[in-house]
Formats: sequence, C-alpha cells, structure tokens
Amino acid sequence: MTFTSRLKAGLAAGALAAVLAGAAGANTLRMADSTDIAAMDPHSMTESNTIGFLNHVYEGLVRYNQDLEVEPALATSWEFIEPTRIRFTLREGVTFHNGNAFTADDVVASLERAAHDSSPVKSNIPGMESVEKVDDHTVDLVLAGPDPIVLNYLTNMLILDREWMEEHDALLPADMRSGRENYAVANSNGTGPFKLESRQPDARTVLTVHEGWWDEPQHNLTRIEFSPISSDATRIAALLSGELDFITPAPLQDIDRIDRSDGASVIIAPALRTIMLGMNQKDTLHNSNLTDGNPLKERRVREALWRAIDMELIRKKIMRDMSRNAALLVAPPVPGYDESLDVLPPADLSAAKALLAEAGYADGFEVGLDCPNDRYVNDEEICQAITAMWSRIGVKAKLTAQTKSKHFEKLLAGSSDIYMMGWATLPMLDSYSVLSSLLHTPSDRMGAWNPGRYSNPDIDALTSKVAVELDPDKRTAMMSEALKIARDDVAIIPLHQQPLAWAVRDGVDLPITADNKPRLWYAKIN
Amino acid sequence: MIAFILKRLIQSVIVMLAVALIAFSMFRFIGDPVNSMLPENASAEDRQELREQLGLDQPVTVQFTRFVTGAVQGEFGISYRNKRAVAEMIAERLPATLELVLAAAVFALLLGVPMGIYAALHPKGVLSNMLNVISLIGISVPTFVTGILLILVFSVWLNWLPSFGRGETVQIGWWRTGFLTVSGLKSLILPAVMLGLFQVTLIMRLVRAEMMEVLRSDFVRFARARGLTNRAVNFGHALGNTLMPVITIVGLQLGAMIAFAIITETVFQWPGMGLLFIQAVSFGDIPVMSAYLVMVALVFVAINMIVDLLYFAIDPRLSVRA
Repeated sequence: MTFTSRLKAGLAAGALAAVLAGAAGANTLRMADSTDIAAMDPHSMTESNTIGFLNHVYEGLVRYNQDLEVEPALATSWEFIEPTRIRFTLREGVTFHNGNAFTADDVVASLERAAHDSSPVKSNIPGMESVEKVDDHTVDLVLAGPDPIVLNYLTNMLILDREWMEEHDALLPADMRSGRENYAVANSNGTGPFKLESRQPDARTVLTVHEGWWDEPQHNLTRIEFSPISSDATRIAALLSGELDFITPAPLQDIDRIDRSDGASVIIAPALRTIMLGMNQKDTLHNSNLTDGNPLKERRVREALWRAIDMELIRKKIMRDMSRNAALLVAPPVPGYDESLDVLPPADLSAAKALLAEAGYADGFEVGLDCPNDRYVNDEEICQAITAMWSRIGVKAKLTAQTKSKHFEKLLAGSSDIYMMGWATLPMLDSYSVLSSLLHTPSDRMGAWNPGRYSNPDIDALTSKVAVELDPDKRTAMMSEALKIARDDVAIIPLHQQPLAWAVRDGVDLPITADNKPRLWYAKIN
Repeated sequence: MIAFILKRLIQSVIVMLAVALIAFSMFRFIGDPVNSMLPENASAEDRQELREQLGLDQPVTVQFTRFVTGAVQGEFGISYRNKRAVAEMIAERLPATLELVLAAAVFALLLGVPMGIYAALHPKGVLSNMLNVISLIGISVPTFVTGILLILVFSVWLNWLPSFGRGETVQIGWWRTGFLTVSGLKSLILPAVMLGLFQVTLIMRLVRAEMMEVLRSDFVRFARARGLTNRAVNFGHALGNTLMPVITIVGLQLGAMIAFAIITETVFQWPGMGLLFIQAVSFGDIPVMSAYLVMVALVFVAINMIVDLLYFAIDPRLSVRA
C-alpha cells in the first residue's frame, strides 16, 4: 500500500466512523471516570472501577442486583451437595459476543485461570480446590473447606470463552515474568449486555449493545462511550458543556455548582467504604517522645482518642453534610451490621481527658499520624482536623500526609503509629472481610491489613467460627458480636462512610449503588 | 568530523545512562507498586511472592543492570498496571504528544514572530506596550490556570470547542493522527494554545530584542543609505538575520515542550506520553516511568546533537579547532 492509498483508506474509515457515530447518537451514553480501566482482562486487576466496567462485557455465575444482593446470572441455580461441593446449573442458550455457545468448559477454564498460581486475582477466590465439569450445563465447585460467602466471591469471577482463549493463547492470565502480552488484555469476548467495539487507552473505550444478551434488557442504550478524565475541573466542564452524560466521581466542593447549572445534577449515596484509624499495638511507638511503652495498647487511651474526635464537626465543615458518621467498622448494607450497635456518642473532651489521666497520661504524649492525601474524600483535611482535636487533650499528633502509594507502603510495613485507611469489604461485601483482614491477629492468610498487630483472642475465635458457619442467621449474629467486641475495645477508631457522588445530565436515569460501580444495564436515556 | 560525532555519541550514551540511574534510584521513593497490583485481601506472602517475581526485592544496581540490558535490546518490559508491552504503549502515545507539540510550536511561531517584529519596529507604540504587558502576564500565569480558563470560556460558555481528548483520529500505519478530521483539529486548538502560550511570549520577546539589535547594526544603516524601502530593509535584511538565533532557541524549546506537555495533557486528557507518565507515577508503574524518562532524555540528547552538528556545518571556526 502506498502512503496516499493508505491515507485515503484511513480517511474513508474516519468518515465512515463519523457517519456511524452520528447514526448511533440517539442512545449513546457518554461517561467519564477519573481513571481509565487498567485492562480488558478481568483476571488482571482487581481495582473496582476496572471490574465494574468489565461487568458490562463479562459476567460471572452470579451477580449483585441493585440492592447488592446475590442473584443468578450465568448460573440459574446452585446447591451445596456437600459442605465443600457446590453444584451449579448453568443457563442454557447463552452465547458469547463472537457467537460461541456458553458451556461448562468455559466455566472450568475461566475459574482455573483466575485461581492460577500466576494470577493476580487468585486471592479473590480463596479456598477454591478445583472446578469439575459434570455435564455441558452443570459444574461442581470444590472448596478446601466450608465457605459461606463463596457466592459473593463468584460475583467477581468473570467468565471468558474457552475456545477463544485457546485460539489466542490466553488460557493463562498475564504473566509479568514472561514480558509477553496476553491477548485478553486488549481484546474481549464475554456474555455481557455490551461488547467492546474499540479501545484507545486513556482516550476512549466504546461498547455497543450485545443484541443476543440472555437477560431482558432494562436499559435503552445502544452504545457507551467511556473516557477517563483525570482532572476534576475538566471532567465537570465536559459535563456542563454537554460533551458527557455521566461523570464519576463528582468532587464534593463542586456539587453545588453542578446542581445550580442548567441540565445537570448530582446523585449522592453513602458509600460502602468506612474510613477509620488503625493503631499500632506493638511494644513501642515509632514517632513519639515516649521511648518505652506504648500508650495505644491501653484501651482507655484508645477510647480517649476516639471520644476527642468531633465527627459532627467534621461532617458539617469538611464533608459538607454528606458523610455518615460511624461507630462500627462496616456500613449498613454489609451483613453483620447492627443498627443498635452503631451509636456514636457526641465528642466529650472532659471525658477524654479523664480517661487519659486514669491511664497515667494526664500530660498527653506525642504520636505519629499517617494519612493519604489523594485516596479518600478530603483525607488530608480530616487528619488535620483530628490533629487539632487531639491537641486539646494534650495528645500531639505528628501528621504525615502523603500520596497513596507511599502511605500504604509505610502502613503495610508496620511503620505507622496511627494510620488512616478505608475498607469497603469488597469483593466479599460481608463483615467477614473486616474480621479476617483488619481485626484478626496477623498470621498466615489472616490479618493482612492489620499492620498494627491488634490481637484479641475473642475476635480471633469468632472469626474462625464465622469462616465456616453455613447458617446465615447464626453467622450474622456472630459477626455482629465480633464487631461489638471490636467497638467496645476500640480496636480501630471508625470515622465515617464517605459519600459517593456521581453527576448526570438531565434525562439520564441510572441507579447509584453503594459499591461505586455504575450498572449501566439499568440506565435509561430519555 | 567523524571524531567529533563519535565523541558526541559517547557523551550522549553517558548522559542517558546517568538519567536512567538517577531515575532508578528515585523509584524507591514513590511507594511499593505491589500494593496497588494485588487485591486488598491478598496476604503478606502473596505480596512478597509478587515482589520476588518482579525482582523488586533485588538491590537497585541489579534492577538497573537488568533494565539497561533490556533497553539496549528495545525491551522495556510489561506495564504493572496495564499489563501491556511498554515499548508499544510509548509508541502508541508518541504521535499524540508530537502532534500537540508541533501544533503548539507552529502556533507560537505564527503569533510570536509577527508580534515581536511589530514591537521592534514600533518600540514606543501603544500597541507594543500592550503586547509587552500581555506577554508578561503570559509568562507569569501558571499554564494549568490558562488551560482551565480556556475550557471555561470556549467549551462551557461558548460551546465552540471540546474540553478533552483528541476527537476522532485516523490510523495511518502505526501513527494515529488527529490532523485529518474536523473534530481532531478542533480538539487540538485549546491544548495547543495552552502549551504554546508561554512560547509565544518567549519568542515575541526574543524576536523583539534580536530585531532591535539588528536594526541598529551597520549593514542595516548602509541598506537604508542605499535608498532601499523600509519594507525591503526590515523584512529583506533585518528579519533574516533576526531569525537565526530564534530558530535555534525554538528547536531547543521543542524538547522542553515535550516535557511540559505533561501538564497540558493532564488538563485536557490528551492521550500522550505525559499523561501516561503521570498515571504511571501514581500507580508506581516502574517499567513505564523508566521507559518514559529514557525516552525524554533521548529526545533532549538527539536535539542537542543535531544543533551541535548544525553549528559544526555552519561555523567553519569549529572545524578548525577540532
């Protein structure tokens, strides 16, 4: 091909694309997020914005509905034929975007791929021993031990087509050591309501409707154009100028401006993510004037710190009345949450001072406080406010606010005294996530996010029981009990659930869900 | 001549190695990429295992040697975040950045040179003074503020131009261009103006100063004495001599613009190399960051070398000394 003929071909293709775009314009939803999806491969990354977007293209055996309850997707029903063996009946008549039929082979290949040793997502399907094909539309999932929340995990385990993976040498997930790309990273073939038309990283990813979708569409979209826009100001400007129909997130400080504008409005919901302060429970502090002993090991000191924080003030002044103050480590939609336990007494400086004096720290002490400055809503501002509040009871917090990759590196290395973190319990959507990762004594696979090494035998015992209890009521009761123990012992100081804010153009109707994953198969454009 | 080129080449290689080494020793301070690569419920062992797989537990010198060995063969590894070959990702982003820089440079020349000439020919004029004041503002206002203002005026209020992205693009071979579609050209205007604005003021001031200098020189006086028209003197003789240093500076500024494009690309979500780099920094994507930094160093080294060679060709005194 000569240069000119290539140029002509290119021009023709561009013109054609423009015509097609015009024709499809009627029900195109143009959306922007602050970050691009990492890759099209559902087994390459667990960032919730990537998984949330890929859920439009790929589906799991089960999925969450709008109320975040598990409902059938590619499996129509399931039963525990043994405590460690679940039999799934697969939906018949489902086709992949390339026309291939969906069968048990695809489930086996996909789950084995996700749980493969080199898979970065393998910890999102812990306890999977093997997957066995029974017949074309029946699959057994064998677990290492009883697992009451295996279905929650499966909502994130998306299914790829086996023949397609074989054809493109993508049966295994991307291997970082080989230095070779995986075909599924830039291409896709799922069963979901939308299929990938084109993708230019950081510029635009276009999905079109999959006509052969097995489910009854509740949306009226024909096309989704996804663009990442990292600059908040630009993202909002693009919404206000009519270039976009939907943006996420809408920064809190701009909510008024968007609502006052013509043609766009903000939708807000409390998010699942609970923001909290973890505390060093080791023998000494890292950043303090006290050289021996750790006051944070003393329950009364932890309670004093908690009582000194005026969450009402933070909610009004920093969160603009949009956060939800928390006394428990999980949000209301999470199983194990108990409303009667979630009572936050008002801040009380004199009580806090009395507690400190009782514990022998009447003059206070110095302590390090670590916060991210680009991870949670107004994270640094909250920590500054807390520093000021603690200074009134004599506790001098030395604040280090830094970028998230540095913050979490320091936190996980166990080098922080008091550290801010947020926990959404995803992908489990269950209090067990908090118990096993945050509260359990660090050992083996437990306590991965308990770098302060908090340890409470009662909580550990309850956690082990919850892990294998298959009766939902008993299980929930035990989780609530463990959360109550954690609250009474002030294992971690809960702060609030930060608000989730999206913004849409008038005429766009879509449900906002607490897990911050837009589900555009429920979206309507009028 | 050959000795000169060889000496330059060796110097360039040393510069590139130094850049890569400095970059590598800084990566330790940007945080652990493993934390963002694995799900939150990954265990400490999972993290350690991945760290070993990626060789992040090895000393900086070992990692650096591995990077250089790969880079020499054109192997930059796989992006931690996107799981794609880094060399390919950079090649994909390069056209966007180069088109943006080219458009900004053309804009800066087309506006800066006439403004400078006018200011030099009418040093006491009202308009010249206004241009001077405006150029001062152009130099002092941070570029991201200019960018946001441009978006506010031309996208939100007037609704004339798009506020983000490259619009429709056309793929020619491996080069994806926005020059061939209307929406591509419209998308180019605001980012190019934002990136070029600083250069406009720079060029205007440079042209003004150079031209005033040349206008005072003897040969211009003789030209006037010969009775040539103002027009012939100003544009035929003075301007030609003014532009030589201007072109050198603009050439060198191209490198700076490629580097400064990071801010413009972030504000306008322009899918170029700068945007790629910024995102790599926040994720701790070491392969992408190192490849980008080496790439930018290469551009600077190459431009410098071309300038040196041009001087060598133009100025006979240099070859005598060599």
